[in-house]
Amino acid sequence: MKRYSDPYLAGVGIGLVLLTAYALAGRGLGASGAFSSVLAGTFDDWVVLELAGVAAGGLVSARLSGRLRRAIERGPQLTASGRMFAAIGGGAVMGFGAKLARGCTSGQALTGGALLAAGSWIFIATCFAAGYAAAPVVRRLWR
Amino acid sequence: MMPLSETGALDPRGVLLTAPLIGFGFGWFLERGGLGDARKLTGQFYLNDLTVFKVLFSALVTAMLGAFWLDRIGLLDLDLVYLPETWVLPQAIGGALFGVGFVIGGLCPGTSCVAAAAGRLDGLGVIGGMLLGVASFDAVREWIRPFYESTSLGAVTFSDLAGISRGAGVAIVTGIALAGFAIASRIERSRS
Repeated sequence: MKRYSDPYLAGVGIGLVLLTAYALAGRGLGASGAFSSVLAGTFDDWVVLELAGVAAGGLVSARLSGRLRRAIERGPQLTASGRMFAAIGGGAVMGFGAKLARGCTSGQALTGGALLAAGSWIFIATCFAAGYAAAPVVRRLWR
Repeated sequence: MMPLSETGALDPRGVLLTAPLIGFGFGWFLERGGLGDARKLTGQFYLNDLTVFKVLFSALVTAMLGAFWLDRIGLLDLDLVYLPETWVLPQAIGGALFGVGFVIGGLCPGTSCVAAAAGRLDGLGVIGGMLLGVASFDAVREWIRPFYESTSLGAVTFSDLAGISRGAGVAIVTGIALAGFAIASRIERSRS
């Protein structure tokens, strides 16, 4: 299993991919929008195909670096089923929040943030603030 | 002149074909950076792994500077790139809910797909939860519509709102990111 690459290198790579999306498609990256589309029965819109690409890219990268393996990432004090409950519960709160905010870390924070969209920076600020406020409360999940 | 989707160089089918390729690149770099690992991501909130901040802000600054300068030299018309609209209160509250859900679930929507693709079952759990959350929103959408559609400012940048130039906005974000990177390396030194 290879080590992960430098976070700044990975970040610059993602930034160049995002820039390519602006230049070719006139839009940025997304993720939460694809969940809405799939629930509405739409599988052939831009963001659904893009998110399918995300999964494929993740799969190939993990495979090539020997990181493809069945696992449940969790804190040392948490059972596997506890982790799965937290994943589903946290995912549900996040999904609701992403709908309310009209986007997630991809569509708001990254894509809108790089375009200086006012609402995207509001999203970044409250997302990090709430994350830090909640972290001590759910410490047992991770530490 | 770009974006190619708006200048007619790429027809709608061509634009659709870029989606899986762009997604592949995104997923590839997310996995390379370790962002499919929920423990690594949540380390951000306990200050023992600052990968999330580093990746997010280096990506954001790279795309921001690239888009700004391509626009400046006339290769990319930023007015034709879709700018997400601003809805002050829904995005403030939505962002806060998102942050809380992120710390509990450990992965964001995009990284949950990377985690699941790399074999992590907790990634699948977050995907399932996301679907539940989106469906519950759709179920109460009519009820919360007054709030959801409140405080709209339209497609606007913070530099427009502040009455400063785009270049000044770009400089501010670059400054915030560089300061954040410096603070991140100080935190890491103090922890090692």
